[in-house]
Amino acid sequence: MSSNTPKMSAKSRIHAEVRASLAAALWFCFLAFPLMTLSIRPGNAVAFSIARIPYLFAAVFLLTVLWRFFLRRRSFKNVSKAVLESEGLPEDLRPGPKPSWVSVFMSSKYRSHMVAFLLLAVSVIPFVSSPYVVNVMVVALIYVALGLGLNVVVGVSGLLNLGYVAFYAMGAYTYALLNQYLGWGFWVCLPLGALTATLMGLLLGLPVIRLSGDYLAIVTLSFGEITRLVLTNLNITHGPRGIGNIDPPGFFGIDLNGSVKTFLVQRLNVHPDMNVNKIYIYFIILAIVVLTIICVFRLENSRLGRAWLAMREDEIACQAMGINRTRAKLTAFALGSTWAGLAGVVFASHITFINPASFSFLESIMILSIVVLGGMGSIPGVILGAVVLIILPEQLRFFSQYRMLLFGALMVLMMVFRPGGLIQSTREVYIHRGGSRKNAPVPEAAPNRGGRS
Amino acid sequence: MSGQQAPAASNLAGPQSAPNPNILETRDLSMVFGGLIALNRVDLSVERDTITALIGPNGSGKTTFFNCITGIYKPTRGQVSLYPADGPKISLRGLPADKVTYMGLARTFQNIRLFNNLTVLENVLIGRHSRMKAGLLGALLRNKRTRQEELDAIDYSFELLVSYGLDHVANELAKNLPYGDQRRLEIVRALATEPKVLLLDEPAAGLNIGETAALKDLIIRVKEAEKISILLIEHDMSLVMNVSQKIFVIDYGILIAQGPPEEIKSDPKVIKAYLGEE
Ligand SMILES: Nc1ncnc2c1ncn2[C@@H]1O[C@H](COP(=O)(O)OP(=O)(O)O)[C@@H](O)[C@H]1O
Ligand SMILES: [Mg+2]
Repeated sequence: MSSNTPKMSAKSRIHAEVRASLAAALWFCFLAFPLMTLSIRPGNAVAFSIARIPYLFAAVFLLTVLWRFFLRRRSFKNVSKAVLESEGLPEDLRPGPKPSWVSVFMSSKYRSHMVAFLLLAVSVIPFVSSPYVVNVMVVALIYVALGLGLNVVVGVSGLLNLGYVAFYAMGAYTYALLNQYLGWGFWVCLPLGALTATLMGLLLGLPVIRLSGDYLAIVTLSFGEITRLVLTNLNITHGPRGIGNIDPPGFFGIDLNGSVKTFLVQRLNVHPDMNVNKIYIYFIILAIVVLTIICVFRLENSRLGRAWLAMREDEIACQAMGINRTRAKLTAFALGSTWAGLAGVVFASHITFINPASFSFLESIMILSIVVLGGMGSIPGVILGAVVLIILPEQLRFFSQYRMLLFGALMVLMMVFRPGGLIQSTREVYIHRGGSRKNAPVPEAAPNRGGRS
Repeated sequence: MSGQQAPAASNLAGPQSAPNPNILETRDLSMVFGGLIALNRVDLSVERDTITALIGPNGSGKTTFFNCITGIYKPTRGQVSLYPADGPKISLRGLPADKVTYMGLARTFQNIRLFNNLTVLENVLIGRHSRMKAGLLGALLRNKRTRQEELDAIDYSFELLVSYGLDHVANELAKNLPYGDQRRLEIVRALATEPKVLLLDEPAAGLNIGETAALKDLIIRVKEAEKISILLIEHDMSLVMNVSQKIFVIDYGILIAQGPPEEIKSDPKVIKAYLGEE
């Protein structure tokens, strides 16, 4: 009898699950009823058919069952882990955070070899692939730079910036305008675009210093929209018509599509339709991305980066540790914007035509999605996030009309099952070299140390 | 009462005064929240190289006192002065929290406020912030001076962790530490700022008897080894009576008693504040 009880409870639990899923499916069908049953025939006749309802019901039911199953499994896992920990296992047996494969790879002794190989592979791509692939890669790399920049603001510093695209626009328009009206070249405008974006970041940072969390999100969101509206209504930006014929980056005054192209096509077997300017831009943005990775990595493990992290973790405690919160916030905002500016200039030179529509709120969300999906605060995560969100939709053209739907579903799933992102950020491991601190007290076996309490 | 104290305060601040026996003093410190007077003209002093305790019933204004002297709140009125052994008096009132830390006050929080998703070592490294100089350029260029400063900070932090028995978890995330170790880490993190006065806000809250005993040893050891003064807020009377040389008692924002532990233990005003009217 007693041995039967767990079985019974399991059975009744399954019943409860099925009932809940049935209810969810019913409710969904009710909500979607008009949408699924009514359709408009040619000649404005309204047709009514319930043929699709059973399919919808079955699909929703199955999805709900799966969803609940995985949720339950997940919470069970967490509970069993918590139980293990509370039982006071010895420290080295306690289930710690599993190192991700990336961190294992990055800490291996072949790290430099692998990075070199990766760089080499990426450098070869434009010479062996089609113009289409190069275009997609350039866009993906632009988003990697944007993602890494936003990661400094959102992932590292914990400041939810929903108007990041404004700084991207700032870079793009700086180049477009200076090029259009003054004929200035790419290489002059690249630092100028970055500088403009940085200054805008500072300017926006000043009024929002006291804000954090939701309030900050709302203000930055409005800022992004205001920027777009200003660009739409200004005369010098030609409003919604935008600015066209933006020059590609200059290469010592040489036309890359002339003899250089002939050489590349004949000797190196490069695709004959290739626009060599795109290859050039590809390498420029690749260099920017590599530089960004180095900068962000160095920042994260520096006094300034730790101040940002501390600010993200606890605004009060960070001040009590001697961190000037105002300065930390401003630098995070401004520096994060710098990369948006750089990416913007490259973007303008890449598509040669920009208008305010390229800098909509959706774009900010896209960049934020890259950071969240990839893993907040994780450099490899952000790179993977950009690749997944930019290149995958290109490959899955078939899904293009459902792209946003897939996007939403993916985000919800990620947040529930892997809130840390695809590649969760890991912290740097430090090794004690030994050394001496002034007045260091003699180490003493502290009483009552360890997990047992 | 207050009329008599105003001239005394200006006397103490005067240049002619001999080396002040106190390292930290507040004069007339008041804090008003809307209609609530959380602190009412508090005159409190912490003597050099001693452990001083601040006790009082819940809601009597102890944490508010810490927040006022560390710059988290700006006091409505009054002075907060620090008297370093090797320099002139520093007025802390109105300084932002990070400057106060730089001047030499470090604190822990009643509800632990660690940087949970960073490692134990990183928590301590962040405590070194105000004693480091590297800025943006240093971080990006990683020049020799920055690298050296970074290495020194790491060494310093490791030594602290070794001294206080936390080096074996240096690379663990702070949130994964057992509760007692989290309390200990918060103290170590505060020590990394090289304070002159360490402020502990109910460090024994949530600890069991064994852990509290360990904490008592820790507090005494910190004072001896780091040669600093400690101001301790605590509810655990045995702990307070054991470690502190002087006790201040606060009730409804007003100091009602001060003196050595033996005196405080039998002070009728204190007993009344804790046990209520007979
Ligand atoms: N930020 C605040 N705003 C309004 N009232 C506050 C604030 N902080 C503390 N108080 C009030 O001040 C009084 C003292 O609180 P607190 O200093 O936390 O007491 P203790 O630490 O002694 O338990 C309480 O009545 C509390 O409600
Ligand atoms: Mg309190």
